[in-house]
Amino acid sequence: MTTRKTELLVGTFVVLTLLAVLLLALKVANQGLSSSDQSYTLYAKFDNIGGLKPRSAVKVGGVTVGRVESIYLDQDDFTPVVVLSISEQYNNFPDTSSVAILTSGLLGEQYIGFQPGFAFDDPIVLADGDFISDTKSALVLEDLIGQFLFSRDSN
Amino acid sequence: MNYLQSIGQNTLNALMSFGRAFLMLAGAILAIPQSKNIRLTVQQIYVVGVQSLLIIIVSGLFIGMVMALQGYTILVNYGAEGSLGPMVALSLLRELGPVVTALLFAGRAGSALTAEIGLMKATEQLSSLEMMAVDPLRRIIAPRFWAGVIAMPMLALIFSAIGILGGHLVGVDWLGVDAGSYWSIMQATVEWDKDVVNGIIKSFVFAIVVTWIAIFKGYDAIPTSEGISQATTQTVVYSSLAVLGLDFVLTALMFGIN
Repeated sequence: MTTRKTELLVGTFVVLTLLAVLLLALKVANQGLSSSDQSYTLYAKFDNIGGLKPRSAVKVGGVTVGRVESIYLDQDDFTPVVVLSISEQYNNFPDTSSVAILTSGLLGEQYIGFQPGFAFDDPIVLADGDFISDTKSALVLEDLIGQFLFSRDSN
Repeated sequence: MNYLQSIGQNTLNALMSFGRAFLMLAGAILAIPQSKNIRLTVQQIYVVGVQSLLIIIVSGLFIGMVMALQGYTILVNYGAEGSLGPMVALSLLRELGPVVTALLFAGRAGSALTAEIGLMKATEQLSSLEMMAVDPLRRIIAPRFWAGVIAMPMLALIFSAIGILGGHLVGVDWLGVDAGSYWSIMQATVEWDKDVVNGIIKSFVFAIVVTWIAIFKGYDAIPTSEGISQATTQTVVYSSLAVLGLDFVLTALMFGIN
């Protein structure tokens, strides 16, 4: 009978729809499943993260070396902490490195610019779980305008 | 005087056909479902849904790819190509997914429904069913109506998902937009209950309207070969106009006034 074949194809159709819903739910609307690449975690404390979002890129001189894993607020001193997931193949950054929140283009998304520090004879390398102490916060336009108006008034 | 009379005649005809359409729909929906009807509905989902899958997937893929290409060439001027993801996803989920699916569905499945039912009427199969005490509304119309209403939102979801993947293919894999920002800004912008669910509601409304027009035009066709060809044309024209008009109303209700 053709009924069997028909039911089989309708079943495939339903499964295809469920896959589409799954894609829309997990990847498009909500959080995606994290990729299982080999990576290690670094922490960085900022005063202000601006428009930085989880999964934003971490770049060294424009090359993407990792992603922002998550962002949370430190409950003790109420400053945002950004959890960075850096690819395992870049595992020899010295601990004098610094990070800054930068914007690509005029209207572009924000990313983390990672500036590797000077490597001396025997550098201490950033390892899993380390905090990066030297951070530069995002530029907030309103603060900049405020500073500009304030400096004009005082002149 | 003749002119006035023709206006009155046309108005009455239109109202009467609306009345017949409502009676047919009520007869089909209120028919008590039987276990046999579920099998017939599955059969019809195969005809209107599975057989429309190819055209839906191909057009979804190419529409997503074209949008990524067009969006990229404009957004890159402002260094905002990271916003490509939400642009592609939002336009597909809110507008193009439901609307283009409904238009393709009207052309691919709606016209076939009209021709099938119209020919059944012309060859007096519907009357024979009635003579055998089988209600054609329950046996022929209801399974086709439910199949259309079930299948079209599923097709629209597949269309949107494929389109977003097509946008990823062109934007990320070929033009070099960052994959993380394509997905992350999309996730930050697209809201499940506002964008995705409203798109599904839209395509449900379109599904009801398009399937209804298609089966009514067939059921109400003049039982000649010319009448069936006219009915088929009217199905495509009327459903397309209804979809585009309703889309504006629904968009205004859902996203316009907030």
